[in-house]
Amino acid sequence: MPPSLPRPALDDLRARIARIGPVGQRATGVLPFGVPDIDRRFPEGGLPLSGLHEVAGGGPGTLHAAAAALFVAGVMARSAGHVIWCLTRPDLFAPALAQAGLDADRVIYVEAEREAALLTCFEDSLRHGGLGGVVAEVAKLSMVASRRLQLAAEASGTPGFALRRWRRHADATDFGHPTAALTRWRISALPSTPLEGAGIGRARWLVELIRQRNGGSADFIVEACDATGRLGLSSNMAGRPAVATPWDKQASA
Amino acid sequence: MSLAHASAIFGQLTHYEFDPAEDAAALERLAQWALRRYSPIVMPDPPAGLVIDITGASHLYGGETDLVTDLRQRLLNSRIAAHVCVADTWGAAHAVARFSGQGVFCIPSGGTPEALGSLPTEALRLDPDLADGLRRVGLETIGDLMTTPRGPLELRFGPEPGRRLDQALGRRPDLITPIQAPERIEVDRHFSDPILTSDILLQEVERLSRSLCEALERRSLGALEIDLLTNAVGGEWNALRVGFSSPTRHPERFMRLLKDRLQKTDRGFGIERLHLSASRSAPLIAQQRETLTSSPQVLDIGPLLDVLEARTGKQRLYRIQAVESDCPERSVERVSPLEPPNRARWDPRWPRPARLLEPPDPIETIALLPDQPPVQFTWKGVRRRVLRADGPERIHGEWIRGQDEWMSVRDYFSVEDETGERYWLFREGDGVSLETGSHRWFLHGIFG
Repeated sequence: MPPSLPRPALDDLRARIARIGPVGQRATGVLPFGVPDIDRRFPEGGLPLSGLHEVAGGGPGTLHAAAAALFVAGVMARSAGHVIWCLTRPDLFAPALAQAGLDADRVIYVEAEREAALLTCFEDSLRHGGLGGVVAEVAKLSMVASRRLQLAAEASGTPGFALRRWRRHADATDFGHPTAALTRWRISALPSTPLEGAGIGRARWLVELIRQRNGGSADFIVEACDATGRLGLSSNMAGRPAVATPWDKQASA
Repeated sequence: MSLAHASAIFGQLTHYEFDPAEDAAALERLAQWALRRYSPIVMPDPPAGLVIDITGASHLYGGETDLVTDLRQRLLNSRIAAHVCVADTWGAAHAVARFSGQGVFCIPSGGTPEALGSLPTEALRLDPDLADGLRRVGLETIGDLMTTPRGPLELRFGPEPGRRLDQALGRRPDLITPIQAPERIEVDRHFSDPILTSDILLQEVERLSRSLCEALERRSLGALEIDLLTNAVGGEWNALRVGFSSPTRHPERFMRLLKDRLQKTDRGFGIERLHLSASRSAPLIAQQRETLTSSPQVLDIGPLLDVLEARTGKQRLYRIQAVESDCPERSVERVSPLEPPNRARWDPRWPRPARLLEPPDPIETIALLPDQPPVQFTWKGVRRRVLRADGPERIHGEWIRGQDEWMSVRDYFSVEDETGERYWLFREGDGVSLETGSHRWFLHGIFG
């Protein structure tokens, strides 16, 4: 359904749902990607700030979630304030985050021994507020845990990113389970932009917006974050048909 | 042996007059030092022992093992040779520290009977005559004592061996009377009715926190570390120690850290006395608390860091900053989150992977020497065909660091396989001379 068509019934319904939505929620706005083709897919014109977002890697990247981490770093690069990054395995390499635009002085790492401690740290940081964002590398995310995180993020207006990362491929099926997150993303590596001569071109990702509350799903082929964290829309994305219509995907997500 | 005899055998013998009073004073000074540094419950155990209850304080030093290693090293630095033992009970620690002959020993929780089994009965803080008597009836070790029926033993030797054994095994309370630091800022409250419920306990602790903050404010100080001692009916002391990332005198900040742990404290038959003190403090000039125009953007993250630090420990909360080094694993350094930012930055021109494997994973490759990237490589049993590659980026060993890095070379390649996953590989050595490295290949990182 093209977004330009007038839909008075739907708009009215949305407004009514918004009125009965979470009490005490602060309108803290959105964080646009700065790429019109992506921002167009969000009802508010960008990634909602006060909420939990789930990001996972796809394909072979499911286990190390390297592209997913850089995607989140790129989003955080455009926010202001400190970023708390909670992890259980300290294999993140800070220079790469800096190359994705996230300044090293803004990131505070919290290493937790166990998953449960990680989730408490995640929630504490979200609840505190006054941060640019909170990222946590989690394996299991139950409905209850995600609901708590979502409420904490709503109350403080801080965006939270659950960077899903598993130790075994078999555990990755957890990603299909419903959570209270506002959006759910999957980032997979694609062969890089071909160059004239030998060598590797700019990395490309398949960015799938699998699910979003109040909106449809979509997928994009983008060029990875540049030094300011901005994604580039790949040239051969233009004129590409949508893989699935938004409504089908939303029903299955 | 007389002094004259000893001097005759060893010419350079130095001797000092035995001075019990000075020894006791020195031990007391050592206890005060341990009190400031390690735990709020410290007791000198004359003639030459210290009892430190590290329950609830060891997490600040990264665990029990790290704490005792640090303790022993610091004592050695001030030329005091010490035996240190961590155990479930005072009795067990006393026995193992004095009789096992090991420098540092941590008895795992519940492992006390095995640890004590082979030690002589004197280790149980028994009178030498009594131990001698036990030995005469064939009870040489604590293990023998454990297996002997209690009745006949008590008839012959009285209640003492049984009592000491029970104390060592944790079946009977063993009271430690903590010393008090003279210059501490502290508040103290006795209750005629013991506190039983956690709500009232929290209320009282909050009230104490407020008075401690007032006391700190009068001296323009802020607490960096506070100790809460609870004394249950029956005389047992429990201690909680919490630390702060920056000096503070906000009762809310105290409570935020104490609250969770107070709820888990064993209240026994009720708490009779509470004692709150600032064990470490730093100057803190009066600050304006909050202005009407304060916005959430400028919220102080200090309180959040306290909470996270209390949950994970000091070493696990850090910022990463750049260090001048070509070697990738040395180009990052962990610093405290509140450290002022330095100007160093990583070179933005060389792509660096999002995940760094530490240590690098050995891989099997097919590659042409000296400077071609691999055509394919096998990692974790999966073979990957290399379609595109960049490199080599040559990184030389840092000769300033030592002899073995003088010649060493690593050649780094970025490669991309058919699915688009990109990896950071390196070869040890320059591909020509084996002096520069073994020519084996490693996977060092994964790009996003």
